[in-house]
Amino acid sequence: MELHRQTMTELAAGLERGDFTSVELTESLLQRIAAHNDKLNAFVTITGDEALAAAARADEARASGSDGVLNGLPIIHKDIFCTRGVKTTCGSKMLDNFISPYDATVVEKFADAGAVVLGKSNMDEFAMGSSNETSFFGPVHNPWDLECSPGGSSGGSSASVAARFAPAATGTDTGGSIRQPASLTGTVGLKPTYGRVSRYGMIAFASSLDQAGVITRSSEDAARLLGVMAGFDERDSTSIDQPVPDYLASIGDSIKGLRVGIVRQHFDKGLDEQCAARVKDAIAVLESLGATTVEVDLPNLDLSVPTYYVVAPAECSSNLSRFDGVRFGHRAENPEDLLDLYCRSRGEGFGDEVKRRVMTGAYVLSAGYYDAYYLKAQRVRQLIADDFKRAFADVDVIAGPTTPTPAFKLGDKVDDPITMYLNDIYTIGANLAGLPAMSVPCGFVNDLPVGLHLVGSHFAEETILRCGHQYQQQTDWHTACPEAFK
Amino acid sequence: MSLDKDQVQHIAMLARLKLSDEEYAESVEKLSKIVDFVDQLSQADTTGVVPMAHPLDAAQRLRPDEVTETNDRDRYQENAAAVTDGLYLVPKVLE
Repeated sequence: MELHRQTMTELAAGLERGDFTSVELTESLLQRIAAHNDKLNAFVTITGDEALAAAARADEARASGSDGVLNGLPIIHKDIFCTRGVKTTCGSKMLDNFISPYDATVVEKFADAGAVVLGKSNMDEFAMGSSNETSFFGPVHNPWDLECSPGGSSGGSSASVAARFAPAATGTDTGGSIRQPASLTGTVGLKPTYGRVSRYGMIAFASSLDQAGVITRSSEDAARLLGVMAGFDERDSTSIDQPVPDYLASIGDSIKGLRVGIVRQHFDKGLDEQCAARVKDAIAVLESLGATTVEVDLPNLDLSVPTYYVVAPAECSSNLSRFDGVRFGHRAENPEDLLDLYCRSRGEGFGDEVKRRVMTGAYVLSAGYYDAYYLKAQRVRQLIADDFKRAFADVDVIAGPTTPTPAFKLGDKVDDPITMYLNDIYTIGANLAGLPAMSVPCGFVNDLPVGLHLVGSHFAEETILRCGHQYQQQTDWHTACPEAFK
Repeated sequence: MSLDKDQVQHIAMLARLKLSDEEYAESVEKLSKIVDFVDQLSQADTTGVVPMAHPLDAAQRLRPDEVTETNDRDRYQENAAAVTDGLYLVPKVLE
């Protein structure tokens, strides 16, 4: 099979057998990117020279027997991860001139494992968006329909993996930013437990919600890559000090007896009927593999989006205060005074959605409103986490839709923030409660892919990955390739 | 609850954002919608619920107060628009 169609696992085997070298693999993918990226706008930066040099080093390491677990395998990093010596923009004009002086832990871990970075993917500005339309570098197009959004904020990553530019790309997920784009592009998207993967060097949006993960085409690849990314990091004060299991060890085990929770409120309203049908078919496949289904309640589901849109903007408003036009980032010309320097640098450097969220955050944290909005939201957030806790007393996994609809047209929702925000209704809960969750392709609606959302309890990545893998052994939705990118 | 232009100006100042007149008009409309939307939280009964401090109930780790980083000032300052003798330059603050 042609190299670009292969998964990370298949490519690893090919490199191991000596069927091809990493330089050959890297060259072929870079050619593909050069030929097709204009249609998608999936990259902010393509690091071709660095990639070929890394591939050559990987081939030498293999020859000398000192190769890492991802030796010579290609990956794309979302442009939110600081990459030493490479422009790291976070999709913003604010950082259009920023050359990172250091590597994010995630970047470092992939480099240590021998991975070859093909480039930095386009994304919604500061990861704030669900369509990739807030990027300073323009929207990314969905390989399944170029008029549609690939989702966001990790839209460049999802489009790249769907278009077979690379078998995998990193992403970050604050309210669904890995899983929603995965669902909309027919790829697998994994958001681990909060604190499982280090946030060091990952440009912060909402620190109590942000988590790094991956977009791949198979659950097996996601398991393989999580093993590389996960682990304690003393440079991230919220990193959790727990051993990293071998996520591949149990992935082949049966899911017989697995208790799968079906949330009553998921199918109540707002969900496209055909999407609901695909998700129900997928749940039937899990049942045919021996899983049992149990109805569960998440009574505060409707409150998860408003809760998120208080907590996330509040944290973003604090995090983005670092952009002052002084130490790095965009600086306004000829400031009148220090205040003018701050206000104009930020006014010019941030796009509309980022400004909206920074202002929402400033408002909910301001004197007189803090209790009514921020503290109230953190109380409701606790209620939502308690709902999940109750549900996980009875089930091992919660299965449902990742998104209410398949991919929407670029331009359709961009003028109405609330409609855009509601796209994340099924994914936000996992961030609010810190739970691991993934989206797995489960079929098509009007020729556009849709995803099955699997949520696990804290640190139960093994369970959702096994469930996703067993589902993918029975189905071939994840091998479907958009016609123009075969 | 809808916001008026004075409130939005106050919020923009808190956020240190300079907005154009058009941006103000749009912000009044869109921020009002967002505030209306999040106002549904007020209906939730949260009597006796402690606000969440950490999604995993974990405590923030502390480390000994020791110097662990090397001084790499010159490299970090390469990203700054205006520096001199290792100092960041800003408009005059004191007359």
